[in-house]
Amino acid sequence: MVLLAITLSLILEKVILIAIILGASLGIAMYSTWAERKVAAIMQDRRGPNRAGPFGLFQPLADGLKLFMKEEIIPTVSSKFLFVLGPSLAMLTACMTSAVIPWGPDIVKADGSVFSLQVADINIGILFVFGVVSLGVYGIMIGAWASNNKFSLLSGLRAASQAISYELAMSISLIALVMMTGSLSLREIVDQQHGFWKDGWFTWNFFKQPLAFLIFIVCSFAELNRAPFDLAECESELIGGYHTEYSSMKLGFYLFAEYINMFITSVILSSLFFGGYNYPGMDWVAAHASPLIVSLAGVGALLGKAIFFILFFMFIRWTLPRFRYDQLMNLGWKSMIPLALVNMLITGAVILYFFNH
Amino acid sequence: MPITISNRAKLVDRRPMSFLERIYLPAIFKGLRITLGHMFVKKPTINYPEVERPFSATFRGLHILNRDEEGRERCTACGLCALSCPAEAISMEAAERKPEETHLYREEKYAANYEINMLRCIFCGLCEEACPKDAIYLSQTFAPADYQRKGFIYKKDDLLIPETDSMRSTKNSKTTA
Repeated sequence: MVLLAITLSLILEKVILIAIILGASLGIAMYSTWAERKVAAIMQDRRGPNRAGPFGLFQPLADGLKLFMKEEIIPTVSSKFLFVLGPSLAMLTACMTSAVIPWGPDIVKADGSVFSLQVADINIGILFVFGVVSLGVYGIMIGAWASNNKFSLLSGLRAASQAISYELAMSISLIALVMMTGSLSLREIVDQQHGFWKDGWFTWNFFKQPLAFLIFIVCSFAELNRAPFDLAECESELIGGYHTEYSSMKLGFYLFAEYINMFITSVILSSLFFGGYNYPGMDWVAAHASPLIVSLAGVGALLGKAIFFILFFMFIRWTLPRFRYDQLMNLGWKSMIPLALVNMLITGAVILYFFNH
Repeated sequence: MPITISNRAKLVDRRPMSFLERIYLPAIFKGLRITLGHMFVKKPTINYPEVERPFSATFRGLHILNRDEEGRERCTACGLCALSCPAEAISMEAAERKPEETHLYREEKYAANYEINMLRCIFCGLCEEACPKDAIYLSQTFAPADYQRKGFIYKKDDLLIPETDSMRSTKNSKTTA
């Protein structure tokens, strides 16, 4: 039995897919910076960037150019290898997660072969995502520690303890979800949420596990180091925290990695809880349109949900003030983890007594 | 209640938070509603170089030195504007009009040099009020930015309004008659 048939066409397909996904996530991250400033401006009754191009749409290009042209400073007291490793690791882990995300339904080609819109359909997809995401904090920690700056070090400590505290609650909340779906494969979880309505209830996991969703989204704010949990980089106390000493494109990598992470988190949120590439009435579309259009509509649905979540993340950032560190820890350990445990217990009991067949 | 003069002091509520307050969510949604509301608020910003804010009719901007209906300079270098200026921004040098210069200057004495330092000027308009010859006026434009201080010292050439066609035609009709 051939477990893995590697042909040239398969490699070619995957390379093209990886290139498209990386390009798209970089592009979306770029325009997230623009959108962030526009959203901030709208919330504060300002206009936001509107000078570079129509509606300021060339602003990210100008920002990128600026970051490239700036002087590269490596502090003499820093440990140089780690100093460069920090942002590289942050960027690497940010880009790696996109490999297991199912971006759309399979495209069935004319000759019957299948073109999968997923780089790797591994059966422990969620585990992989969490593994890589937890590696992401190393980028911050290493960079912060290597800077040899007291504020950066404090920020590294904060980021590490915050990540540990919130990853627990996040994983426990997902265990409830996994118990329900019975699979760790992202593709299978998404396929189980097919359509919108089935057997008298919504198919999307949000309507089956609202509490898990709430815990997951709060924890993803913490994981992303975004307001209201952006204690690792609070400008007022730590002067930028782990990227105080960084300049030029190394700083750009940190900021960029944050936005890529935000995009990937939004995609994962919509895959796990909001049906991924599924949308109401997709069976009708599947029956009436060509397979390519069906797949692209799925991709569009997923991206639409992801953009909604990106905007939601920004919306929250410009609404809520930053938590104090003890409040953050209280929320994580005394509320989120017990809540996630209770949710897991209830889910387990319900599955055991009502769906045990 | 504590005794205060303004009678507006409020006691800080130090009761422990209730359950609804402790789960933060109602407060968060309240905040989200406020920021969402700001999406529809009219922005007070004016897109400056494209759109300009209208000035009031009595706006006091850059000075101009006026001419009479024949295009002759009205200023006689009496120095009342410089005297009235609280910021001491105006300085001038007087000169006597030569017989062949009657078409240039209105009276026997004129200002050979006339300088206003726009960095000193406070645009109060007292020079305009002091002038007995209606020679100096404050216009509706304001001083543009400059990289150097000397760019803000306005000479007579910068201040004098240009001769208009109607001035030239009245002058010509006077000389031919």
